[in-house]
Amino acid sequence: MEFLVASAIGVLTAAGLYLVLRLRTFPVIMGTSLLTYAVNVFLFASGRLATGAPPILTDAERYTDPLPQALVLTAIVISFGMTAVVVMIALGAYLGADDDHVDDAPAGEDAR
Amino acid sequence: MSHWIILPVVLPAFLAPFMVLAARHHIDIQRAISVAGGVAMVVLAAGLAWRTSDDTVILYQLGDWAAPFGIVLLGDRLSTLMVLLTAILSLLVLLYAIGSRWDARGRHFHALWQFQIMGIMGAFLTGDVFNLFVFFEVLLIASYGLMIHSGGTVRLRAGTQYVLYNLLGSTLFLFALGALYAETGTLNMADLAERVRLIPTDANVGIRVAAVLLLMVFAIKAALVPLHFWLPSSYAEAPAPVAALFGIMTKVGAYAIIRIYTMVFPPGLEATEGLHGWWLLPAALVSVALGMIGVLAARRLDRLVAFAVIGSMGMVMVAIALWTEAGIAAALYYIVHSTFASAALFLICDLVRAGRSDLDLTAQPPVAGAAMTAALFFVAAIAMVGLPPLSGFLGKLLILDAAFGTEAVVWVWAVILVTSLVSLVGFARAGTEVFWKARAIPPEETAFAPARPPVLSYVAVGGLLALLVAHTIFAGPVTAYTSAISAQLFAPDRYLSTVLETPGKLSDADPDEEAH
Repeated sequence: MEFLVASAIGVLTAAGLYLVLRLRTFPVIMGTSLLTYAVNVFLFASGRLATGAPPILTDAERYTDPLPQALVLTAIVISFGMTAVVVMIALGAYLGADDDHVDDAPAGEDAR
Repeated sequence: MSHWIILPVVLPAFLAPFMVLAARHHIDIQRAISVAGGVAMVVLAAGLAWRTSDDTVILYQLGDWAAPFGIVLLGDRLSTLMVLLTAILSLLVLLYAIGSRWDARGRHFHALWQFQIMGIMGAFLTGDVFNLFVFFEVLLIASYGLMIHSGGTVRLRAGTQYVLYNLLGSTLFLFALGALYAETGTLNMADLAERVRLIPTDANVGIRVAAVLLLMVFAIKAALVPLHFWLPSSYAEAPAPVAALFGIMTKVGAYAIIRIYTMVFPPGLEATEGLHGWWLLPAALVSVALGMIGVLAARRLDRLVAFAVIGSMGMVMVAIALWTEAGIAAALYYIVHSTFASAALFLICDLVRAGRSDLDLTAQPPVAGAAMTAALFFVAAIAMVGLPPLSGFLGKLLILDAAFGTEAVVWVWAVILVTSLVSLVGFARAGTEVFWKARAIPPEETAFAPARPPVLSYVAVGGLLALLVAHTIFAGPVTAYTSAISAQLFAPDRYLSTVLETPGKLSDADPDEEAH
């Protein structure tokens, strides 16, 4: 299972990084979403992987660490909100300029 | 347990929703509440700074849970100084925003402003790394709203870049936190400091990765080259009062580096050996050089100031990267100076903008009030470049003095002295083009006659410059205090014992736990 989780995080991160380096906003936003998925799984795995164990301290020998799960919840909420915000701002920029590149406009075109 | 220390976070958190819910359509009520909140915050911050000035460390356990289990807020000399700095800056810039009517050009300016203050205050006061992440996100979300305040295509485009870059930074922060938690099993700063010391040197790969990732996150915030790309466009395109407030946000990164890398990963730690010396100082020196070259190369006044901000952040990081008591003390002096200086310059850009069609560095006919604006620019530029007699000169002198006797002295002296000259030429050229040559051009006969900027704007900019003058005159007491802060940072035992040994729910000394 360690290999499965580790390779999943790796593939998500690699795909996310590739997309983040693209020129247009939509792939870049997809890339940041993939990166946040990767980091969520990574955070989840940082409390060590255990199957079928309760996330609370009991008398039982085995339990999973509940703290990373709380961290992941916070991270999911924040990244979801952030993605929504960036989609709105990018849409505004696209509709205003009729151009969805993420870099600065070429010199001469940025007259206000 | 005193509750005062949580008020800088709670007060704006209550004011902002109140303004959104109850005073949505009444800009005057919003202004009154915002200014009253700002004044209260300055008083509060001054009180906290006064209480911690005698080496007290104020601890606040949320929900009375004991330290590594619950979240703690902490006030020591460093964090209360930063809180006071933020409160003063915010109040003055808020006055400018009201005077220049920037706040009425879009909706919810004051509510977002309060949320921004809440995030910054929380980041300075928290004693928990994950909580630091959460407060970073609070201040970032508010800053996204402020950054695109009053809209416009160019601003939205710069805003998209700013949000995307910071989204990547946040993701990196989470990766760093995950690695840190996997290695140590805690995210409380004091507890981290204790546990990192116990990690054996032959098993330190994970913690080294975590330390470098965390440093990169804070370097993004502090706009350290090569992670500075988000800054020039977003600061230049943001509304002027917002850009002026953003001056403190780069300092949040510098604060986090000072805090984490003196306490959790101190310079002498075996597990992270070589991390401090090898990377930070060269990157900081390149930032100084690149920022000042940017000042010389800029074609617009707002870009010029943005690059000056990068240069001055580089200067702060040079002083931090020396990792000596004198270096950190000099860095703190320079942080206060550069916050006020960059804020004043951004506001002056806006004053110039009010009388011109654009901010290009070309001569245009003089307008009403130009003489006053030119004088203010002259003073602020002297401070920013670091010429005597203002505090920029003293700050650079302190940094040069701190570098004297270290191995890097040749590099630090060479880079700082040469780049000071370069930035002097850059600012002199900008001032000449924008203000001096204006007289040579006859005024155009058009219906467009820009009004003289309101008095409140001048009060705000004058206030910032007066603070710079005070920072120079009282340099003796201020440097004594920053030295005391630095001494406290290099002897973290008090901080650690205050956090870890204060009893609360779930602590080992608690008799209730035995009963379970």
